[in-house]
Amino acid sequence: MRISMDIELKDIPGQLVQALKPVSDLGGNIISVLHQRDKKTASGRIPVQLVFEMEESRLDRLVEKLKAKGMHVVSIGKERLKDSMVVILIGHIVHSDIRDTIERIDSTGFAEVVGLSLSMPGVDKKSSAALVLSAIGKKELKEALKILEETATKKGIMIISPI
Amino acid sequence: MRAGEKIKTVRISIVGFGHVGSGVAEVVMRKHDEILRKHGLDLRIVGIADLKGAIIDEGGLSRDEIARFGADGALLDMSSLELIREIEHEVMVEATPTNVTNGEPGLTHIITALNSNRHVVTSNKGPLALEYRKLMELAERKGRELRFEATVGGAMPLISLIRENLAGNGITAIRGILNGTCNYILTRMTNENLPYEHVLREAQEIGIAESDPSKDVEGIDTAVKLVILANSVFGMDATYRDVRVQGITEITPDALKLARDAGYAIKLIGDVDINGRLEVAPRLVPVSDPLNVGGTLNVATIRTDLAGDITVIGKGAGPIEAASAILSDIIAIYS
Repeated sequence: MRISMDIELKDIPGQLVQALKPVSDLGGNIISVLHQRDKKTASGRIPVQLVFEMEESRLDRLVEKLKAKGMHVVSIGKERLKDSMVVILIGHIVHSDIRDTIERIDSTGFAEVVGLSLSMPGVDKKSSAALVLSAIGKKELKEALKILEETATKKGIMIISPI
Repeated sequence: MRAGEKIKTVRISIVGFGHVGSGVAEVVMRKHDEILRKHGLDLRIVGIADLKGAIIDEGGLSRDEIARFGADGALLDMSSLELIREIEHEVMVEATPTNVTNGEPGLTHIITALNSNRHVVTSNKGPLALEYRKLMELAERKGRELRFEATVGGAMPLISLIRENLAGNGITAIRGILNGTCNYILTRMTNENLPYEHVLREAQEIGIAESDPSKDVEGIDTAVKLVILANSVFGMDATYRDVRVQGITEITPDALKLARDAGYAIKLIGDVDINGRLEVAPRLVPVSDPLNVGGTLNVATIRTDLAGDITVIGKGAGPIEAASAILSDIIAIYS
């Protein structure tokens, strides 16, 4: 899972390395480090924004380790769904109950429909939609597309997916 | 041609004299001297046959004789099979229309020609999409060549590019736009925000779509080409019936617009890979992808293990374009 974390370090040498080491010790993969020396807090600490990937189960241990070193963990943001894909739908989308299709994907727990633009030219005419699927990984995204394709086929809706 | 090389006379028959067949006659005539000079090949058309009858001249038909073919009653009462069997020649060009139901009459023409020890060059997709393995085995047994560059992508070199220029590479996938009519329709619909039916009628008026457009717009033509690639490049033993096919008839201008807003174009894509995937469907192609070509162009991306991705773009249809591919095949037999 992708995690973003705001921490505050004491302004003494070696602190940044001390903060990053536990991330990699716990198998995390650091994606970005923003060391904001010019934005010191009122108490003289330096804010650092970290973005890394790590198994969710190890997050508590990471926080403990950082606290033990005297660092402040200000906030933790979890970016659960990191892969997404646009899919176009054509057919009687609203009549065939698109909510039901979306619910089926949302109920998987690993994927969600995070965006939908719908275009309906007329009551009897086929509508078109762009749907954004997000999932926790590439494999899960494919799985979500498969679910979408299955439901769509049953409802006579055409699915156009990216190459 | 290098000094000391002998001139080789290559006698050619053309079976099926529609747009492609007459295109072949035209380019063989037009390029005769150049091919003689460069390749040492003296190409002569010794017979032409189609449903109307046949004309033959064992010394080579003249431009006038060919031009008169079919225009008056000066035709021999000779069937195409008789011509293939009985008139001495080296290469039979099979250019009858594609039939994906049983491959005929092309299938019998090709079998007869190979059995009569002629090389075969064809633009006819039907026989190859139905009986690829059988035909290739027969050609091998007879020590003759069966070449078919014109069947996929028209003038765009694809099969010989893979066989010859990319020899040594493992090919893992080929994906592309293999039907110019569909590409034209989708491009027009996108650019002008017009409905499918309107653009189809327009395409029919200017001759880009046939009066019965079903083969093109329902994805059948793309599927047949995909099967030829699957068999010739990936060594599958697939037929047209093995392909999952979806056409473009349901695409709406709204869908094209929604796709464009998300950074994609919708294209009818044929997709074949080493794992047996065989699929024709409208797909979202990123606007920046080399597969995103417009108008009637064809395009294919070949995924290779050494050279990475290679993309070829070219004119997919048209009699002279198909004739160009056929001519290349004829020259390749002797090089």
